[in-house]
Amino acid sequence: MYTQAMDIPDAATKPAGVSRTPDAQDAAFEARIDADGRIEPQDWMPEAYRKTLVRQISQHAHSEIVGMLPEGNWISRAPSLKRKAILIAKVQDEGGHGLYLYSAAETLGTSRDQMLDALHSGKAKYSSIFNYPTLSWADVGVIGWLVDGAAIMNQIPLCRCSYGPYARAMVRVCKEESFHQRQGYEALLVMMKGSDAQKAMVQDAVNRWWWKCLAMFGPPDADSPHSAQGQRWGIKRISNDELRQKFVDATVPQAEVLGVTLPDPDLKWNEDRQHYDYGQIDWAEFWATVEGDGPCNRERLATRVKAHRDGQWVRDAALAHARKQQERTNKEAA
Amino acid sequence: MNTPALKEWPLWEVFVRSKQGLEHKHCGSLHAADAAQALHMARDVYTRRQEGVSIWVVPSAAITASNPDDKGELFDPAADKIYRHPTFYAIPDEVGHM
Repeated sequence: MYTQAMDIPDAATKPAGVSRTPDAQDAAFEARIDADGRIEPQDWMPEAYRKTLVRQISQHAHSEIVGMLPEGNWISRAPSLKRKAILIAKVQDEGGHGLYLYSAAETLGTSRDQMLDALHSGKAKYSSIFNYPTLSWADVGVIGWLVDGAAIMNQIPLCRCSYGPYARAMVRVCKEESFHQRQGYEALLVMMKGSDAQKAMVQDAVNRWWWKCLAMFGPPDADSPHSAQGQRWGIKRISNDELRQKFVDATVPQAEVLGVTLPDPDLKWNEDRQHYDYGQIDWAEFWATVEGDGPCNRERLATRVKAHRDGQWVRDAALAHARKQQERTNKEAA
Repeated sequence: MNTPALKEWPLWEVFVRSKQGLEHKHCGSLHAADAAQALHMARDVYTRRQEGVSIWVVPSAAITASNPDDKGELFDPAADKIYRHPTFYAIPDEVGHM
């Protein structure tokens, strides 16, 4: 995650005539993409490539940060000290993932403050999955198993993204994400060995989250405006529908072991395709949530903004302290 | 480094030594008000799973990087100096490993 501050000397110090012409730059960029090479922060890149990445990486970062809220809701009510420690570690990881990703986005010339402003003003999007409530402890397990499971499907191909800092951040994220999925699935396994009420709680959580998780992969390929260009640029390696299919195929056997049913009457093995068929996703509901009308959109954003405002004095105090220390050092040196 | 009245915490590059005997390696960046806080945060952000035994933090602004446009001039001249590699020299088989 190199930073824009670690940048090339500015134009004034650069000897005249070294810069290549725009056409040559563009050709060099395209050639590197075609050769499956990597683009680094200091390299020339088309404005649209930069904008696409800033949008995608910052949305991804926002999702990690907002993603702390639904689960954070259960930290104080985790059923045991062990589960509480696990959940705290997981939520801390999500915060860390947000930080890796903000750093990666900053290498493209946007600032942390700009990104946070965009999130807090509602201008920037984040994954709509976090706009649903976590109603029972089983939701925490299901988020680990299904939501993080879907996220892993999405994120593994991003480790090979053409933009170096994003790819490196994703390698780190994916390593940690596996713990998230496994802890969730294991928590559900434990509940499924419990009372009928506990089993019903797991099934209810699966029923509420399943379709939302399928929608996480984004609109069908036919309606995906950004996909083709993203694939051309090596930003998106596998299409929404392909990833969704991979997720369904991987999840059905896991559900069987767990002893829950997935709430889709059309879900069945298709011998010809060698994949599971599944039913229609409610896209109207998905878009309504993306546009801000999900059950928790307002609450999530308000919580986020409040946390940021409440932390303002800490940020100010840290800067004031650093300034004072610096002045003291300067005085001693003088 | 003593820019007055910063609004944002400045940026730091983080380098982590994964174990004794290995070099510090760049692993990412973060914002912090000063060096002590940067070290503290680097520990939480980059070494939650024993990824390191030692951390360096460097103000990002203190790093001078080569210009990508100069890549050819800087690095291409090494390409035709193959005599700098041991494989350039043919040694009779009977000499064995050298």
